[in-house]
Amino acid sequence: MPVLRTMARWFEERLHIAQLFEATAGHKVPSSTNSWFYVFGSGTLLCFVLQVVTGVCLAFVYVPSTDQAWTSLQYLNHQQTLGWFLRAVHNWGSNFMIAIMTLHIAQTFLFGAFKFPRELTWISGCVLLLCTLGMAFTGQVLRFDQDAYWGLGIGASIMGRVPLVGAQLVHLLLAGPIIAGETLTRFFTLHVFLLPGAILAIVSLHLRLVLTKGVSEYPTPGKIVRKNTYAVEYEALIRETGVPFWPHVIGKDLIFSGAVTVAIAACAVAFGPAGPSGPPDPSLIHTAPRPDFYFLSVFAVLALLPAYMETFLLLTAPVVGIAMLMLLPFISGAGEKSPRRRPMAVLAVAMTLLTLSVLAALGISSPWSPVMDAWSSIPVPVRYLDGRSPLERRGAALIQSKQCRNCHALDGSGGLRGPALDGVARRLSHDQLTRQVIQGGGNMPAYGKNLRPAEVTALVAFMETLR
Amino acid sequence: MSSLGYPLIEKIMTENRPCERATNGALEEAQPVSIYRHHPDVSRRNVLVRIGAGLSGIAAALMGIPVIGFIFSGFSKPTYARAWVSLGAVDQFPERETRLAVYRNPWTRPWDGDTAKIPCWVRRIDNKTFQVFAINCTHLGCPVRWFPDSRLFMCPCHGGVFYEDGSHASGPPPRGLFEYQYKVEGGNLMVLGGYLPTLAEPL
Repeated sequence: MPVLRTMARWFEERLHIAQLFEATAGHKVPSSTNSWFYVFGSGTLLCFVLQVVTGVCLAFVYVPSTDQAWTSLQYLNHQQTLGWFLRAVHNWGSNFMIAIMTLHIAQTFLFGAFKFPRELTWISGCVLLLCTLGMAFTGQVLRFDQDAYWGLGIGASIMGRVPLVGAQLVHLLLAGPIIAGETLTRFFTLHVFLLPGAILAIVSLHLRLVLTKGVSEYPTPGKIVRKNTYAVEYEALIRETGVPFWPHVIGKDLIFSGAVTVAIAACAVAFGPAGPSGPPDPSLIHTAPRPDFYFLSVFAVLALLPAYMETFLLLTAPVVGIAMLMLLPFISGAGEKSPRRRPMAVLAVAMTLLTLSVLAALGISSPWSPVMDAWSSIPVPVRYLDGRSPLERRGAALIQSKQCRNCHALDGSGGLRGPALDGVARRLSHDQLTRQVIQGGGNMPAYGKNLRPAEVTALVAFMETLR
Repeated sequence: MSSLGYPLIEKIMTENRPCERATNGALEEAQPVSIYRHHPDVSRRNVLVRIGAGLSGIAAALMGIPVIGFIFSGFSKPTYARAWVSLGAVDQFPERETRLAVYRNPWTRPWDGDTAKIPCWVRRIDNKTFQVFAINCTHLGCPVRWFPDSRLFMCPCHGGVFYEDGSHASGPPPRGLFEYQYKVEGGNLMVLGGYLPTLAEPL
């Protein structure tokens, strides 16, 4: 094909692509990095590209207006050709992006890749993490449904706890004193313009640093990073074992990225798009807002923290956490890289992942939330009523009608906020039961004012049969 | 030597020119070679650069200050957002009962849609005395629900519970329910609305 060759040469003479390609994709990396552990960075980037492509497509149809957004989402789901698929890919792409990014952070941390001279690579990565979480939150708001509306309320309530400028921060977040027309456009601008722009810029910096400072070699136990010798050692390593990224190392990245793409598409087809749930009409109050999975752990922490330290931790923990991440290369910028010689690093990763998973799992079941319709939808099991006296059955009816079941389970169903009532008579005497019902305590409201004495008698009589 | 007046830029520009360095030979004793050394009109260029930089700075401020002002206009507290709104005739609220009422948010935009429908709980204590509670839990703003049988408000998010008078009963909320200022005017119950109540700005 001499014509094609001539054309290629014509462009090459003007654009110098070969030179650019050699300086980027063809840059030399230590051959030890040809490992499956080194595929998460490109995997995260692939997810981002997928998010940009699907996001741009969705923006063809989505209406960023509080009165039309929800309808346009329904339109995307049900009428727009393949709209459901693009929404599903966008949703699953975000889940995969956060998961793979977490793996990428854990891998670079465990392999000591953040150490000298790659401090700035690590810090720019931390900023990318924050931007991505920002994308996750703002994206959740753009899915403008009940969860989004009340999620914004939660965000505003957290802002409202900041001392001195709390009210101003609430107004800045909501673009006004309350969730209204401008709130959604604010989040749309953040999600579609500002944060992706920032991510593009910082990814460029991140990749530029990968080229200037090289890919961190696979750590060997006992091989110490020393600031005065590392650069020379790395240069020697590249001279001895360096191979061009393309075509020697990129294979594994391509396989991983391909697998991730297939997995995202498969999840999208199998599980479909997320929401929207009910329309964002705040007067429909029969709702129990839940965040997307990446914020479930935060949701859980907010339920489990004791009230006296809640505001303090809510405002200081993120600042301290981010500062610790950013300062890490300056605290531990030299020394051992291998995780085999850094037990504390391994422990830190294990503890962090364990904590986040346990909190997220708790967030899914949210045992602290009352089951708001348990009193009317989950009856007292029949065997708990067999052979009971009329007074005791009256008590069983009151257990339902007074919403006790919203927090207390019977036979494994009902709320989990309070202790299950099966066998409560084994734990508490008649007088203790009466006192608990009337005075409450231990995180239970006092029912004294809301029950007549005869009702208390009936309730206690029923509970005394629960042995 | 410092023909630009910026020694750092000068230094970088000269040091990063290896060919000049090479032709220059003995680098350790020689002055770094400036790329501007051979130009006779250095001082004129100098003046133009300074004027240009100053002008650009002023232009950037002229454009930038309004842009920043636009973006951060939400940071101030708009006092005019607060307004009296009607919840309807007092007759629809029976004595000794708590009912849901919905008003149209006075802080409004033409494209608000249903988000402007703000619910609140109205408790009528007696003929003249009311309590109007914000729907938002004082913990994190989720919508509390009234249960008339147990006379409690419960929050579906983290399990905050409030008594019928709005006081805190159990769970994580740091205080009782936010209460609207109200007045009865011409047989209508009015509340002062327009704000999302938070701990920083209770109603």
